[in-house]
Amino acid sequence: MHNQTDTGPFQPASPEHIEKHRHVGLDVSETEVHGLSVALVGNPNVGKSLVFNYLSGMYVDVSNYPGTTVELIKGHYKAYDIHDTPGVYGISAFTAEEAVTRDIVLSADIVLNVVDAVHLERDLFLTQQLIDMGKKVAVILNFMDEVKTLGLRIDTKLLSSYLGVPVFETTATTRTGFDQLDDALLQARRGEQDSSLHHKLHTMLSVTGSEAEALLILEGDEATALRHGVATGHDRELLYIGRRNRVNIVINAVLSETNTRTRLATLFGRWAVNAWTGIPLLLLALYLIYLFVGKLVAQDVVSFTESTLGKNLWEPWIQGIVTRFISPSSWLGTILVGEFGVVTMTVTYLLFLLLPLVIAFYLSLAIMEDSGYLPRLATLVDRSLNSIGLNGAAVIPLILGFGCVTMATITTRLLGSEREKTIAAAILQFAIPCSAQLAVVAALLAGAGFGAILIYSITIFIVFVAVGTVLDRILPGATTPLLIDLPPMRLPRLDNVLRKTTYRTYFFMKEATPWFFAGALGVGILQVTGLLTVWQNLLAPLTTGWLQLPREASTAFVMGMVRRDFGAAGLYVLALKPHQVVVALVTITLFTPCIASLMVMLKERGWKEALMVWTGTWVVAFFVGGVLSQILI
Amino acid sequence: MKTIPIPLHQVKRGSRLIISEIPDGRAKAQLIRLGVVKGEFIRCLERLPGGTIVIQKHRQEIAIGVALARSILVTYAAPENPSKA
Repeated sequence: MHNQTDTGPFQPASPEHIEKHRHVGLDVSETEVHGLSVALVGNPNVGKSLVFNYLSGMYVDVSNYPGTTVELIKGHYKAYDIHDTPGVYGISAFTAEEAVTRDIVLSADIVLNVVDAVHLERDLFLTQQLIDMGKKVAVILNFMDEVKTLGLRIDTKLLSSYLGVPVFETTATTRTGFDQLDDALLQARRGEQDSSLHHKLHTMLSVTGSEAEALLILEGDEATALRHGVATGHDRELLYIGRRNRVNIVINAVLSETNTRTRLATLFGRWAVNAWTGIPLLLLALYLIYLFVGKLVAQDVVSFTESTLGKNLWEPWIQGIVTRFISPSSWLGTILVGEFGVVTMTVTYLLFLLLPLVIAFYLSLAIMEDSGYLPRLATLVDRSLNSIGLNGAAVIPLILGFGCVTMATITTRLLGSEREKTIAAAILQFAIPCSAQLAVVAALLAGAGFGAILIYSITIFIVFVAVGTVLDRILPGATTPLLIDLPPMRLPRLDNVLRKTTYRTYFFMKEATPWFFAGALGVGILQVTGLLTVWQNLLAPLTTGWLQLPREASTAFVMGMVRRDFGAAGLYVLALKPHQVVVALVTITLFTPCIASLMVMLKERGWKEALMVWTGTWVVAFFVGGVLSQILI
Repeated sequence: MKTIPIPLHQVKRGSRLIISEIPDGRAKAQLIRLGVVKGEFIRCLERLPGGTIVIQKHRQEIAIGVALARSILVTYAAPENPSKA
């Protein structure tokens, strides 16, 4: 069990959330109403978040990959407190998401259970479990539009009488049927518990005082058992199979099929996990992302924003203002508007270089997520990742790493074992350049030619595989096998993709900005105090001798310790030959992770691992860079 | 051939199968939730090189890594009667 004991039901949302999402809900009174507590519960990708958004009018991170939101998000609707929960397949504590959901459900007065009507077999297991817990439940039967196009028929009335709770048909994407949500909240009630449960449940009830907790203990939930000081039950499998059988009976009765057409989206989904069609599809997806992020945004858009807006408009303007009060040659002038100026270079990098790229990256990622492609990609690469001690699921943090290594390191939590978390975190810190860094890298490499791009990519890939392979050999234990459900492929909704992109970009920029300014300030101070020259001299044998780069390149390494992209950006100003560009970029890519991700590393993986990775990056970066330099130059 | 259980990672792509054995553990609980239990019919949708398996149960598609697939035993079942789904 990992960090789930501290995730109590009453843990407040993060300050960011409260700040960002001060309620904009419908019919919200001025004073905070603490009414009935409602838990929105459902399997991953059932449209739960759209229901939540509708009710509370707030933004939540909607995702098509099972379990990417482990945050507690709360909203208000009339007199109800609405709690969104991470998508889960059942109430227990197999994962951190489940533990969070379990706690919210336990403390809720009403459970709104959102069900994917197309996947009743999967979803009703959770529904029945909620009912067995004795909760007041109302079922929102979503994706009714797809039920029709697929030629399925669901007898909603019969379903409702089997379950003993009200069932409401909706299509979340068009908000159809959402006018019934009020009724759902009013009519939620206790359903038909599995009759075979009664005896056992009532014996345990005398201990816990709540049926929900009694059931969880019988099903072997450790945290709940611990809270009541009793031993966990050993009947999980028996209870699960009983529930499964009951659900199968319900489905046989309520579901009928009129025709079996295969949708194009379903076909796409199949192609994505076939070796012959999946790899071309992956290459196509990567190429499209390259065209969008690497070409359109990194080159065309950025060249406009960076040189036109940044260098020609913003910098002269702010320099003009600042130098009216401070001499540009004074130490303060150097720090503010000099070579590494806090208000000149830093602002240009942040707003006119980073921002467009980060937006483009998160946009691509959101589309991949919401289309249901990511879990299929995980399936496709599963076996390849096995050879470096990971399973397919690790593709998520690795891809996220290309956005922001810091963020990705946090998502390594989703992986199955400590061993996999260690390997994935190390690979992220060593060999994955984040979007901001990648942007600068792409811009510099584009100037150095195709050969340079090839050598750079191959070198980084070799290090990637080497780090994984070595750790796989050294670390004890075995890789946990992949077991994921593949959500249906669906056309992403534009508003959802845009909201998600905005939200993530906002958090990224918020996190990155202070470090950028701190870094610029630090380098500026080093420059005015002359320490920069001392550092350059200190590293000179390495930079000029071993890497065969100009001595100023060591400045980039100081900056690189603050933020990786910042370091790469520092190479921008140097006049480098194509071969030197490759060497410098390889070294800076493999170089130490930025301060923010080091902090996350310390928090997530402990100081020992963080320190080992941090020193390891120094050694590997300079070793590989040097070897490359000796070969190339 | 019909009665001898074989490990899931070795089955033919597209074949209809009956689950005859799932190893105990966390994976089993998750599989039960997804409706994959002993005695159920499933279909092998895809068998990737290396043995990662994609199975289908009704409209639900599930990807299973080779290490787990190796420990799940199945037997081949007769193809579904096309006249009645």
